[in-house]
Amino acid sequence: MTTSLPASQIPAAIHPWFAAAMIAAVVLTSTTGEVLTAAAMKSIGDLDAIRARSGLKGAIRAVVTCPLFYAGVFFLALAFFSLLFALNHLNLSLAGPATASLTLVTNAIAAKFFLKENVDRRRWASAVLVCVGVYLLAH
Amino acid sequence: MAHHRLSPRQYLILGVVAVSAPLGDSCLSRGMAAMPPISLEHPGSLIAAVFTPWIALGIALLIGFFASYLTALSWADLTFVLPATAFGYVIIALLARFWLQEAISLERWAGILLITLGVGFVAQGPSLTEHPAHEETEAKEVETR
Repeated sequence: MTTSLPASQIPAAIHPWFAAAMIAAVVLTSTTGEVLTAAAMKSIGDLDAIRARSGLKGAIRAVVTCPLFYAGVFFLALAFFSLLFALNHLNLSLAGPATASLTLVTNAIAAKFFLKENVDRRRWASAVLVCVGVYLLAH
Repeated sequence: MAHHRLSPRQYLILGVVAVSAPLGDSCLSRGMAAMPPISLEHPGSLIAAVFTPWIALGIALLIGFFASYLTALSWADLTFVLPATAFGYVIIALLARFWLQEAISLERWAGILLITLGVGFVAQGPSLTEHPAHEETEAKEVETR
């Protein structure tokens, strides 16, 4: 396929360490954000039940009055902008799955220790499969 | 001992989480690829990027994703919700291949397949950890086994 892009728009070869650093930044910030957000939502309780009781406004109020939620959103926003930055330099089919899948593994570890979730054999096996999947994706 | 069976409505919410995230990301990628490379010296251009159409659409989709994601997290474990949403990788791969015309090698396809397998494992398990919020609840549960 021919391309008419000027030379400045063709992504130059990305140094592997630079690619790794961009992906690591997304993974760390989003893991922190997701664990904090999950903790916030667990502290609020079943949103569907809250909505049935006090409507959509009540559900939104329950979320936006939870301080932990803002801590989570702060880190998720940080993760979002690092992802935007990474997408500008890497292919979507690499940056997307690589960051999201690695996040899955770091989240399994963080959820076990910080959220006390029951990460059983089934969930660890899934983490390993995802790890191999990421290796193949990035290779 | 499949506690916490999900209702059809809850599966629907997980479906929205899975579909809206890759769609939103694809819009972002399309928008960002059309822009000149952004460097750390000019973070302002990153803010300007937010107001271009594809990126704005991507953000709208990701807001929808976030609302359903938060809802899912309120009744399911993080380690259940995240893998369940990983089905979206299949969608993202197909989008990248056929919409953004990115080439996907056999190895990458294998990686996507393994990730999907991992998701299948988690999806078969319980969706919520029986949290020993009170010690007696835990004791009761051990007794009933």
